[in-house]
Amino acid sequence: MRVRYVLNEVLVGLWRNVTMTIAMIITITVSLGMLGASVLMYLQVDRMKDFYYGEIEVSVFLADNVEDAQVQALKQQIDANPLVKSATYESKEDALKRFQVLYADTPDFVSAVNADSLPQSFRVKLKNPEDYDKFNEEFKGATGVQRIIDQKELLEKVFNIFNSVQLMSLVFAIVMAAAAVLLVGNTIQVAAYSKRREVAVMKLVGASNWFVQAPFVLEAVVAGAIGAILGFVGLFIGKVVLLDNKLQALTAILTPVPNGNVWLMLPLLVGVGALLSAATAWITLRFYLKV
Amino acid sequence: MIQLENVTKTYPKASRPSLDNVNVGIEKGEFVFFIGPSGSGKSTIIKLLLKEVQATRGKVVVNAKDVTSLRSWKVPHFRRSIGCVFQDFRLLPNRTAYENVAFALEVIGKTKAVARRVVPEVLELVGLGGKEHRYPHELSGGEQQRVAVARAFVNRPLILLADEPTGNLDPDTSIEIMRLLDRINRTGTTVVMVTHDSNIVNQMRRRVIEIESGRIVRDQARGVYG
Repeated sequence: MRVRYVLNEVLVGLWRNVTMTIAMIITITVSLGMLGASVLMYLQVDRMKDFYYGEIEVSVFLADNVEDAQVQALKQQIDANPLVKSATYESKEDALKRFQVLYADTPDFVSAVNADSLPQSFRVKLKNPEDYDKFNEEFKGATGVQRIIDQKELLEKVFNIFNSVQLMSLVFAIVMAAAAVLLVGNTIQVAAYSKRREVAVMKLVGASNWFVQAPFVLEAVVAGAIGAILGFVGLFIGKVVLLDNKLQALTAILTPVPNGNVWLMLPLLVGVGALLSAATAWITLRFYLKV
Repeated sequence: MIQLENVTKTYPKASRPSLDNVNVGIEKGEFVFFIGPSGSGKSTIIKLLLKEVQATRGKVVVNAKDVTSLRSWKVPHFRRSIGCVFQDFRLLPNRTAYENVAFALEVIGKTKAVARRVVPEVLELVGLGGKEHRYPHELSGGEQQRVAVARAFVNRPLILLADEPTGNLDPDTSIEIMRLLDRINRTGTTVVMVTHDSNIVNQMRRRVIEIESGRIVRDQARGVYG
């Protein structure tokens, strides 16, 4: 009987104040949707780092007048360096081949370039791509080295954009969450006020505190969970519509977002939504019911 | 049954205490009136016994439990042994007489089956047989107070606290309510009643404790309002 009583009270409570309930759910939906997007983006940047950092190289371009002996010495030096995972030598001819492939669309340009005008280089993979600065420090002054270029810097710019978008959506999620918390608190106050007679009688005859509070707390939890599920649905639709269709070109550059990660957002959002709502309701009741 | 030992209660911001070093002992099965002018501290005693307020100093013992040191999470269970009736009835307007009484049982975890068995019995006892399915607004003041008494008594409490239960009733109806409380008292329930209805006190001839400005000025077995 008690479970049924509590569930009934929850439904009646949500329905009694239905406009407020809707406002509460929408705010929670938007807030948790943004939170989900932010977390997904964070995971994505991580994945992309893993993926691209495995691929990127440091290019050590050699001066034109470098002698073979110096090239050999440099190769040994690079190979022996503890920061380096592997290094390959790229001769002028190799560079030309690569150049021809890269610019195959513009044959005029390709034919205007000959092997001599391209620098020879080492393509170096570092054990940890973050160690570029150390590597650069050690080799930038070495004889024969003209320029060292880190592909990571280019990627970093892309990641920085992602990071700021992610941060923005996180900030937005937090601001919306603040609004959601205030709405939940307000809804619970209104609910407690409209049931003040029942609450007074319950306290008088000695109903346990949890029994007095449970309908209110559960009301908030249900709203929080509905908001979380809607937020998740929004996130999923957004992923399918935007990334898988409209912006598919983009996903060729970004690594694809795995569905598993999106599904992971469901328990996360429901958990955060339910906990935050429950805590808000509980704290509100501390002040307004004094139980 | 009830012990107040050197109890002082000063509300925040109050210039003088509502109760000032009060000592009272009430035995099981007694019927006690607390009388005195408004603001004398009578109602504070009821609140202390229910632990709605905390004594500033002194010790309050109810049912052999030290209320002053009772942990707040134990208060609900403690209150199940005390029934309460108030001047304003405090019934739920959207529930019938039966539902009002049943509600009090159900929220402390009794099943509907228990309520079906016990509630008609207690409504019969308070003289509301046949009016179980009336809503409070369909009942007279006296009948509403009977519902309240039924609700207070349905759980067979050891103590019944009544805070001016006849305050809103005409003299004839008041006497009926008093007969009811007397009947409940005869079942062994301790009754503590706060009132300034002199007629009733004079008719009942029970123990009278008079309070003035927070102090007990008279404690008389079989007393009158005087």
